[in-house]
Amino acid sequence: MGLFIAQLLTGLANAGALFMVASGLSLIFGVTRIVNFAHGSFYMLGAYIGYTLMQVLPGAVGFWGAILLAGIAVGLIGMLVEILVLRPVYRAPELFQLVATFGVILVVQDLALMIWGPDDLLGPRAPGLKGVVRIMGEPIPKYDIALLVITPFVALGLWYLITKTRVGILVRAATQDREMVGALGVNQAWLFTGVFALGCGLAGLGGALQLPKGGADLLMDFNILTAVFVVVVIGGMGSLPGAYLAAVIISVLNVFGVTYLPQSTLVLMFVVMVLVLMIRPYGLFGREEVAGEHGQVGEPERPIKPAGLQVRLLVGAGVAALASLPLIGSNFTQVLATDILIFCLFAASLHFLLGLGGLVSFGHAAYFGGGAYVSALLMMHVNTPMELAFMLAPIGAGMAALIIGWVCLRLTGVYFAMLTLAFAQLLWSLVFQWGEFTGGDDGILGIWPADWLSGTTTYYYFALVLSVGGILFLRHVAHSPFGYALRAARDSERQAEATGINTRRVRMLAFAFAGMMAGLAGGLFVFSKGSVFPNELEIARSFDALIVVFLGGVKTLSGGIVGGAFFKGVEDVLTRYEYWRLAMGLLIIFVVIVAPDGIVGTLRKAAERFGLSRKAEDEA
Amino acid sequence: MKRKTFLKGLMGAAALAALPITAVAQEAIKIGEINHYKRMAAFAEPYKKGIELALEQVNGAGGVMGRPIEFIFRDDQGEPGEAVKIAEELMTRDGAVMLTGTILSNVGLAISSLAAQKGYVYLASEPLADSIVWASGNPYTFRLRSSTYMQAAMLAEEAAKTDAKTFATIAPNYAYGKDAVAAFKENLLKLKPDAEFVAEQWPALFKIDAGAEVQAIERAKPDAIYNVTFGPDLAKLVREGTDRGLFDGRQVFGLLSGEPEYLDPLGEEAPEGWIVTGYPWYDLNDGPGGEFVAAYQERWGDYPRLGSIVGYMTVQSIAAALEKAGSTETDAIRAAFDDLSLDTPMGPITYRAIDHQSTMGAYVGTIALRDGKGVMVDWEYKDGANYLPSDEEVKALRPAE
Repeated sequence: MGLFIAQLLTGLANAGALFMVASGLSLIFGVTRIVNFAHGSFYMLGAYIGYTLMQVLPGAVGFWGAILLAGIAVGLIGMLVEILVLRPVYRAPELFQLVATFGVILVVQDLALMIWGPDDLLGPRAPGLKGVVRIMGEPIPKYDIALLVITPFVALGLWYLITKTRVGILVRAATQDREMVGALGVNQAWLFTGVFALGCGLAGLGGALQLPKGGADLLMDFNILTAVFVVVVIGGMGSLPGAYLAAVIISVLNVFGVTYLPQSTLVLMFVVMVLVLMIRPYGLFGREEVAGEHGQVGEPERPIKPAGLQVRLLVGAGVAALASLPLIGSNFTQVLATDILIFCLFAASLHFLLGLGGLVSFGHAAYFGGGAYVSALLMMHVNTPMELAFMLAPIGAGMAALIIGWVCLRLTGVYFAMLTLAFAQLLWSLVFQWGEFTGGDDGILGIWPADWLSGTTTYYYFALVLSVGGILFLRHVAHSPFGYALRAARDSERQAEATGINTRRVRMLAFAFAGMMAGLAGGLFVFSKGSVFPNELEIARSFDALIVVFLGGVKTLSGGIVGGAFFKGVEDVLTRYEYWRLAMGLLIIFVVIVAPDGIVGTLRKAAERFGLSRKAEDEA
Repeated sequence: MKRKTFLKGLMGAAALAALPITAVAQEAIKIGEINHYKRMAAFAEPYKKGIELALEQVNGAGGVMGRPIEFIFRDDQGEPGEAVKIAEELMTRDGAVMLTGTILSNVGLAISSLAAQKGYVYLASEPLADSIVWASGNPYTFRLRSSTYMQAAMLAEEAAKTDAKTFATIAPNYAYGKDAVAAFKENLLKLKPDAEFVAEQWPALFKIDAGAEVQAIERAKPDAIYNVTFGPDLAKLVREGTDRGLFDGRQVFGLLSGEPEYLDPLGEEAPEGWIVTGYPWYDLNDGPGGEFVAAYQERWGDYPRLGSIVGYMTVQSIAAALEKAGSTETDAIRAAFDDLSLDTPMGPITYRAIDHQSTMGAYVGTIALRDGKGVMVDWEYKDGANYLPSDEEVKALRPAE
């Protein structure tokens, strides 16, 4: 009994920091609809700033003052980020802002390394709260008790702010219908800035509060991010009580999981999330997202049309140039080009889902890595000929996508996105944990193409034909009746249904098709690298693809490809320099601000302005 | 500019471009170094400083075969796929004669797989995974640092000397943690067949829930604990464990816990009494080990970490191999590494022909506090050669060549 109580208390104490970070994210999303990937970075900044302040300020007052000041400082940084980076892109397509927040992550990572150095910092202890108290004979650290007390106060304070004050009324109104709030004369810009700063401040507070239980290190931004997203989704995006309850559930379950199922540490959270979303599709306290509320921010998408002669000639010339690359470029140029082509195909497959289907998948790496693993496992375990193993990569990935899509498509919007992420994460942990079969994180090695394909140039042509072929096929499908049906389902589900389109089936097929093409890219990848590791199934890989699709332009047909080529090319150049993350982050932010329609969308507009191409409305 | 002057300039430029051909004897020997300089900055920076120090010394003494050695440092973002791409670039475009580097095992394994396929020599400097030289070993890959197995075997030997009967293990939930626990168990059970493992904890890497882990271990009431966690996880475990009295009256064995990279961030909270593997640079005053420490401090104004000496020995190994090969051809370098012996700050090491593992050892000692900082006392350098499985076992582990 004593142990049980002690475990419960440990779980509740752990929930503290998690809740603060998660409630900030939830608030920001509720009002601004920004999925703030950089939230972990603000948490990390809170820890580092809190640590520095604690070195300067003496005693108990200094300690608690440092925590408070860290929260305020991070809030101010958040305000700055909102004004400089996010405000210019509110009119961009939905979720475009997450690209900007991704740039912020990179910038913060390098700045933190510059300022605080590479070594881990051990957090100072809270003055007067060293040691333990015994509850029913079980030792409980005093600081845990302090956290137990502080968290509900913060939660209550937030609850008061949201329900009882004028600001809170505006925030809630904006969460429900921000256009109406604007129409009623409220200055939305400052409301957004304020909420963003508050959310970031909460993350900073969480980071500073956990110092006595750990410290500050350069990996903590990504390490907390998934847990925070899971908590927000389980609680219901935008709901504070939900975030609190979910933080408690996750933390307490985790404590018992550690004791009774020690191997469960990788998956538990995601299993809980899948279960909750199966039963309550909008989280515990979430509210169904009203269709159309924020589906089409900014100008409506133009109808797509087959490429004109000009574009065809341009593409033809591009492919011809790529085909002649081995004649002029070095061996490495071909290796690099192979990498870029494969990534473009991967990005294009996500773009198909995202741009044409309006289905935001946060877990697209599952099919890319999945395809790679299908080939590698077949080669390793049953000695399948390379050609066959390769062909089965897209098929295996497509089947996985069909199953996952069947489950996830019950949900929409951000919940759908998070469920795809959860499944990708489950697949990752399966591969990661099941070492005997998959090689775990030591991966599968020695997966090389058959002899006739193994030359760098030969494989380059192989990748060129399949990548370009795959991309053209994706494009062709967009123009087929199936592509029209898919876009109809995206733009107006009801009207699409009324015209006899089975929207669910169309979406499921689209999901499977996109998964298949990602699997093809994965198959190409594994044979070009000769090995595969769980990294290819990671969240980071899914995000890579997501970023380039937005960077290239969601509302254009070629966004995925252009974004992919741009990102990979720039990455290859920048990583040669010491502070490449800073440069890359600033570049991403710069592109986001000057090209809110993505690279392709913005170029197209510029071309129209200078009369190089005709405007959509001019056409008959 | 007059046309004539322009032509003269052009001729001058052409002559300049032709110069390297005549000066080929002095051209640097390039080595490709791939690492996670950003993702693992705390480990990669001291490592790089060790390399630079060694390069200055080697080149100051005239280099190898009359040519200086030059390292090309590249960041792979901690991604195996990126590392493979960079390796290709280093070998085919930049003219590197061999590859080295990496800390993360999966990246090291990815490069070793490429090395085997394309016939590049790869010296895995820091990755610890046993499979690099055993299950996934190949003719082109060599490894410098004492592996997980070797270091775990050293601690198992110490554990067998104590009275402890029941053991709990805590290790990060990934390949390194699993290998480290398996090797510890295997070696301990050989030496002490009645040892019993009563709890196995597997926190997610860098996401430890230390309070819960401590409660779970306490519940099993082991006599001793074997710890494999490191970095921020170790700091959290030590703090919660100390607070909750987990370590009272229990002997703890900590793999790598004595390395300055992990011990120093703990400051005055370093867990006294733990038996650990590490690097006690503060007590190395004379001999080759002391000379290295002095030279490093002189050059960088900072003390060496374990990564520093690994970087230093990487350059020493490569220089020795090139010297022995007398050539920069892949096959010559590869042949030179077999049974290559050299003297290092840690003592003599040999690259075993049987599995390409060097016999670099590790320091084993007990953590104590000195001037408010954790240090290793009563330490002893253990030669890695004594902590490897028998030749028959190794042969069975390695794929046939």
